[in-house]
Amino acid sequence: MAKEERQVPEDSLEKDAAGAESIKEDNPLAEEAVEDGGRESGLEEQRRVNLASRWMEGSGPESDIVISSRVRLARNVGGITFPSLASDEQRKKVYTMMNEVVGSQQDKFSSFELIDMESLSSIERQVYVEKHLISPLLARGGRFSALLLREDEVVSIMINEEDHFRIQCLLPGLNLDKSWQESTKFDDCLEKQVDYAFHEQLGYLAACPTNVGTGLRASVMVHLPALVITRQINRILSAVNQVGLAIRGLYGEGTEAAGNLFQVSNQVTLGQSEDEILQNLYSITGQLVKQEKNARELLLNEGREKVADRAGRAFGILMNARIIASDEAMRLLSDVRLGVDMGLLKNVTARSLNELLVLTRPGCLQYLKGKPLSPYERDLERAVQIQKCLS
Amino acid sequence: MLCGECGKKNASVHLTKIVNGGKTEIYLCDSCAREKGELEFPFEGKFPLHQFFSGLIGLVPAAGSDAPASQRGGVQCSGCGLTYAQFGQIGRFGCDRCYDSFGENLHSLFRRLHSNQKHVGKIPARACSHLMHKREIEELKRKLQESVMKEEFEEAARLRDRIRKLEEGVSSGGDSDG
Ligand SMILES: [Zn+2]
Ligand SMILES: [Zn+2]
Repeated sequence: MAKEERQVPEDSLEKDAAGAESIKEDNPLAEEAVEDGGRESGLEEQRRVNLASRWMEGSGPESDIVISSRVRLARNVGGITFPSLASDEQRKKVYTMMNEVVGSQQDKFSSFELIDMESLSSIERQVYVEKHLISPLLARGGRFSALLLREDEVVSIMINEEDHFRIQCLLPGLNLDKSWQESTKFDDCLEKQVDYAFHEQLGYLAACPTNVGTGLRASVMVHLPALVITRQINRILSAVNQVGLAIRGLYGEGTEAAGNLFQVSNQVTLGQSEDEILQNLYSITGQLVKQEKNARELLLNEGREKVADRAGRAFGILMNARIIASDEAMRLLSDVRLGVDMGLLKNVTARSLNELLVLTRPGCLQYLKGKPLSPYERDLERAVQIQKCLS
Repeated sequence: MLCGECGKKNASVHLTKIVNGGKTEIYLCDSCAREKGELEFPFEGKFPLHQFFSGLIGLVPAAGSDAPASQRGGVQCSGCGLTYAQFGQIGRFGCDRCYDSFGENLHSLFRRLHSNQKHVGKIPARACSHLMHKREIEELKRKLQESVMKEEFEEAARLRDRIRKLEEGVSSGGDSDG
């Protein structure tokens, strides 16, 4: 295929980088402001954070059960201390390296934006965490910690997280292959200019021994309400654990998964190729989908009206509540989603339900309100946002 | 004690934050701690890796041990100065050289965490072209053996020639490097 040369206005990326640099150098208050729990900000001063992401589209293969697929690669630069123990100077070196890659491969990075953690309020950072674009660790910031984010929010690269670089691709539906292809493509871009910490025997060297080897963590977010209702979930959870995958509730306390949402991911990163890891996760996810579909079938046959009633009641509460806590919202949204997926509830889209997974989190609510909120105020605002989104 | 955030539930998580040299103590309930993202830090997943590790690497120092601190700490990384004991506590390496510094100590850890101790995945193309080369040759040799078994001698001859060519490439490349 012919290589397409795309001309990017020369100053666009460079300027961003330079601008970011000057904030760091000249603004000694930046760090303090963030530690204070974020700068005081009315709505107009807030950074414009997009609240929707591609992964919330509710599209893609098996999207009635698999909400999103994610692949992330842990990569480090050889000879530079890992971020948690690194000096500011070393962290800056890594940050600059990323800037140089972006600057010299503009065809690949033209739609990316570099976002310094220090330039964000703590609420804005939390929004990115809730959108699954950054980890809580990156949100804690530190000098020269940044997020390189593509416009569609499908590809993101965390800089100076636990590892120097974490390349992530997040897509809607069961889409592990595509996620891998995108991630490895950007990994190649970095590798053209960065000397990775790589060991012949051990592969890519990571800060955590659970990531050494491929540095690959692949995961899917799945909605398994029928398996929970039919009390099969515990058996399934232990079966999945036994084949070397980790499965856990995405939200909620302890072993209970609020909203019946689970994350399944690989645990082993050394001794298996990327392909094996992805295949394994893919086939187990396929099994989960099949089991959940069977359980839904069972519910339809044995208690169709009960499921419809439950969904309808949940919708009624969501549309009329004035004060609603996070756990309750998650539970009701799961009931509504099941009703929608089974064709028992109309006029609600998977997309709005996915968006609500994020919109009802504390960071987003505070972001939308433009100020810090107490838990009670959040419960009020949550009800408002749910009704706005579902009507 | 009640949670400092919501004031409703009992606090179950105790955090000590050090900000600009000043210590802040925070008591939170489970759900508030999770909302704050504190519980997840710095771990992926929710299992307490640090305990897990110190158990795994057999480095929980006995109370009242006579050994001097330096010895109890074990090996120290020549790159970042992290000791093996510190590694056991935080469950994180300090730099890429830690892997060599701690060397054989890590074998049992990797064996427990992973299926195998040899990386078989992606290789950085620019830095490790020689490794890719080596893998390609290994793969061809495997195919060669297969075709010999199946008595596909034409194919075998072709493969043998390609292997020869690649191996010449490796050694000449190696020579110019050294
Ligand atoms: Zn609380
Ligand atoms: Zn080290």
